[in-house]
Amino acid sequence: MIEWVNSILQGVLTGGLYALFATGLAIIFGVMRLVNITHGDFIVLAAFVALVVVEGTGVGPFVSLIAVIPIMAVFGYILQRGVLNPTLGPDLLPPLLVTFGLSIVIQNLLLEVFSADSQRLKIGAFETLSINLTEDLAVGVFPLIIFVTAVVLIFAIQVVFNRTSLGRAFRATSDDPVTAQLMGIDHRHVYGLAMALALVLVAIAGVFLGVRTNFDPSVGPSRLLFAFEAVIMGGLGSLWGTLAGGIILGVAQNIGAKIDPGFQILAGHIAFLVVLAIRPNGLFPRTRDD
Amino acid sequence: MTEATAQGRYSVIRSTRASRGGAIAGILLLLFLAAAPWWADRATMRLLVEIFYILALAQMWNLLAGYAGLVSVGQQAFVGLGGYMLFALAIFTPVGAAWSIPLAGLIGAVVSLPVAFLVFRLRGHYFAIGTWVVAEVFLLGFAQIQTLGGGSGISLPVSVVRDIAASRSGRDAVIYLVALAVVICIIAIVYGLLRSRHGLALTAIRDSEEASASLGVDNFRAKLMIYIFVAFGTTAIGALIFLTKLRISPAAAFDINWTTTVIFIVVIGGIGTIEGPIIGTLIFFLLREPLAQFGTWYLILLGLVAVVIMLKAPQGIWGLVAERWDLRFFPVQRRLRFEPPD
Repeated sequence: MIEWVNSILQGVLTGGLYALFATGLAIIFGVMRLVNITHGDFIVLAAFVALVVVEGTGVGPFVSLIAVIPIMAVFGYILQRGVLNPTLGPDLLPPLLVTFGLSIVIQNLLLEVFSADSQRLKIGAFETLSINLTEDLAVGVFPLIIFVTAVVLIFAIQVVFNRTSLGRAFRATSDDPVTAQLMGIDHRHVYGLAMALALVLVAIAGVFLGVRTNFDPSVGPSRLLFAFEAVIMGGLGSLWGTLAGGIILGVAQNIGAKIDPGFQILAGHIAFLVVLAIRPNGLFPRTRDD
Repeated sequence: MTEATAQGRYSVIRSTRASRGGAIAGILLLLFLAAAPWWADRATMRLLVEIFYILALAQMWNLLAGYAGLVSVGQQAFVGLGGYMLFALAIFTPVGAAWSIPLAGLIGAVVSLPVAFLVFRLRGHYFAIGTWVVAEVFLLGFAQIQTLGGGSGISLPVSVVRDIAASRSGRDAVIYLVALAVVICIIAIVYGLLRSRHGLALTAIRDSEEASASLGVDNFRAKLMIYIFVAFGTTAIGALIFLTKLRISPAAAFDINWTTTVIFIVVIGGIGTIEGPIIGTLIFFLLREPLAQFGTWYLILLGLVAVVIMLKAPQGIWGLVAERWDLRFFPVQRRLRFEPPD
């Protein structure tokens, strides 16, 4: 019994990481109506940028965020304005195929530069530190930090969207870019800022990913699928729903792994398909998907 | 068809000078290709078989994305399913390898129904990633089936291979001709479909979903029909692909690269035309021969070219050519010729 409780608890904590992957994707979709197929590769790219900073300067992975966050944010802003903005319009095909092409380009560039070797960001003994809840139940300190960070960041993003003028610009542009323009909002700039904000989350998610698991240039797409499943399960337009979606995915994967290691990823996908069959708009929908 | 009105006579014209000339050249090319077992060496024939099945896959994806607007990045689900169905039919039933190809296609069409039930709930972009999840489920699911080799894969039994033809050159010739037949059938069916009234509906959907709905086209039904038909074709092609490989594993069968390659080919060649995938396939193989040694850089180059084309010339290479010289080898459109009264 206690093993199952443990699986569920670890799953909830893993769900925090998935929610971090997913929140960036949800912001990009929410503001630009753009589904970013490159999202998983951005996360892996952030992990590699952190690796370069760590190896180049000798600082720890967490400190490296001082450099990784601005690098990813600027990269996101430039990419949005230079490449992605021109694809946005009534036709769905161009943004999809452009982000798909970029995904292949980033994966193969990383492969060329860093080879297919597995990498890891090391934080030393801290990685294995854990708190004993009961005699048989323990939670890792680092997974707990990831989870708490995800909750705090989602809360902060909500505040940005609901309480600041930047958030008002995001919401206005999302609702109606043409009218927002009439009110003096430059939607191209707003889109750039939204992508930059999404990539701040990606930078943090990438460093967490790199500390928690091994990564190599090919692991991006599966991270995209996890993020996507969390967003859809939670329901579009609701960031707390996205957190719930991430947790469901994490729990499903951990329970699957408990039954048979081969079922880990499969169980997560099946949970997603079941939710899709029963509640196509997700569990906590706020906006309609069209 | 000619009709007279008070203002004059008009007629609907479908063929073009290029299409009539092209038809003759096409028949000659087909005869030449069909004779390949007598003039080509083994390596050339293998390359041609690969070109045929990639072209057939590209035509299927183009029909799905270019006409029905269903951008799937999960078509490898059906390629792999076809491969596994070929192996399952060959190992567990007395059905011969050649008959397994259409049979696998039918199984693919049946499987696509529950898949469509799930992924059609996702609109637009999310549909794309949803199809990818389904492909991953297929991959992980088939890796669990131990009788089909589990995660490490399985080879086609020697008896089944011998059954195709006794000698190696005989097998090469049979597989080559089957591949040629498959690609011709696929292109002929797509061409026939697009010239029919269903094709008119699809072309309308391609150009504007709202407008086609307002003219009485049932968009959902048309898209579902195309999804099922493309699943049929893609699964049959998957069976053909793994007939040439003689060995299958989940990682090879459900490889995203089946879809990636085809997307690049269609985008570069020209999406939403029959000629585009043909041009794209030729370019893909022409560039691959000298550039294959650079491996990753070749993929980076293809990705960049596809991105640039999507940004600067979304109609692709064939779109530019057709616009500039008004060339159409597969005329699916209707033109009105008007003659004023004498």
